Amino acid sequence: MDDEQPLFRWSWVESNWNSDSPNSIVNLLEAHVVMSLVPVVLGLLVSLPLGLACVRWRFLYQPTSAVMNVIYALPSLPLFMLLIPQTGLTRMTVIIPLTFYALAVLVPAVVDGMGSVPDHVRQSAVAMGFTPLRRLVQVELPIAVPVVLAGLRVVTVSSISLVSVGALIGQGGLGNLFTDAFQRDFYTPAIAGIVLIVLLALVGDGIVLAAQRLLTPWMRARRAS
Amino acid sequence: MNWLIDFFGNPDNWSGPGAIPVRLLEHLGFSAAALVLAALIGIPLGLLIGHTGKGSVIVVVSANLARALPTLGLLVLIVLLLGTASIWPVLIPLVALAVPPILVNTFEGIRGVDPELRDAAYGMGLRGPQVLFKVLVPVALPLVMLGLRLAAVQVVATAAVAAYVGLGGLGRYIIDGLATQDYESVVGGSVLIVGFALAVQGLFTLAQKVMVSPGVSQRLRVR
Repeated sequence: MDDEQPLFRWSWVESNWNSDSPNSIVNLLEAHVVMSLVPVVLGLLVSLPLGLACVRWRFLYQPTSAVMNVIYALPSLPLFMLLIPQTGLTRMTVIIPLTFYALAVLVPAVVDGMGSVPDHVRQSAVAMGFTPLRRLVQVELPIAVPVVLAGLRVVTVSSISLVSVGALIGQGGLGNLFTDAFQRDFYTPAIAGIVLIVLLALVGDGIVLAAQRLLTPWMRARRAS
Repeated sequence: MNWLIDFFGNPDNWSGPGAIPVRLLEHLGFSAAALVLAALIGIPLGLLIGHTGKGSVIVVVSANLARALPTLGLLVLIVLLLGTASIWPVLIPLVALAVPPILVNTFEGIRGVDPELRDAAYGMGLRGPQVLFKVLVPVALPLVMLGLRLAAVQVVATAAVAAYVGLGGLGRYIIDGLATQDYESVVGGSVLIVGFALAVQGLFTLAQKVMVSPGVSQRLRVR
């Protein structure tokens, strides 16, 4: 690579966009979406029962939140390395730690969301004869949605950007562009990777935001009136 | 387990430029430098924006952008652009990633102070800066400390990734170990970094308990 390389080469993007190579941008994008989406979905599925259990049995919350705090502090790169003997250089090595990070944010979000349900609302539901399950599904969870989804936005965006560290074990989705750029002393893949990951994060954030608007129509009605 | 015994029992890891204490001090040095720089930018800016209420858009945008920006990409790009002659360019992404949590939490802390408390302070005749430093800062301290803790933990993790682009520190054991297929060094380095991050986390949690005035015992959390 000559010293006078331009900051960005469109021709590189064109020739690498959708080639047969597993490292074409489209294939990396697909890998990136899978590796960031699976932890978010798994995290949400596990954190709901776990968070609800912490609400139901308060004594569980203190130890759970302590564990979540510790998990959140664990650096991703060493976690990937410590998992390699079990999972090899596969996508799972990246997906498992990211799922734990998702839990660390979402469990407190579920607990806070349930805490945001006003007591008089809960009591009204009891007085109207709602069974505990119906009360949970039809009253409490819908009210908790904004707080839970605020946590989900954080998880989605940070998960999308964290996947790229997996490039150091060859499983980084678009992050592989960074190791490629570094090895070849070539700016273009690094810039393309950063831009695509930030765009992907914005799209993910937008989808969660749209879901929130769909799930809480009363919030819009209140703002419109 | 055997890997760990081999790694920590290997005399090569206890002497010379690759010795564990040397790498540990390097990691500590880079992380501390990045954190101090980020605090020097984030705390005053957060205090100013929180107190005056002007420029809160910066806070929101920087918070979102910081989460979306891929660390590794930033490190690679900076090093490619500025070269590896000096190690200091590597600090730029570390600082850039540490500023937002500090800035956002400082801002939220100051903003979240009960307006009645603020009015009472003005009513007692305190001036703007006095209100800020005698009333708002002590009340906002738990969140400021939370911001510093999140930033510190993130810097320690990112400094490990930065070994890939040539930074010293504990990440070297992982990157060099991967390159030479020396798995005991990879595992040993990983355990050291995890331990280091947990120690930092514990230290900041402790500092928060000690520093926050007992009168301010509300439990506030913002991520």
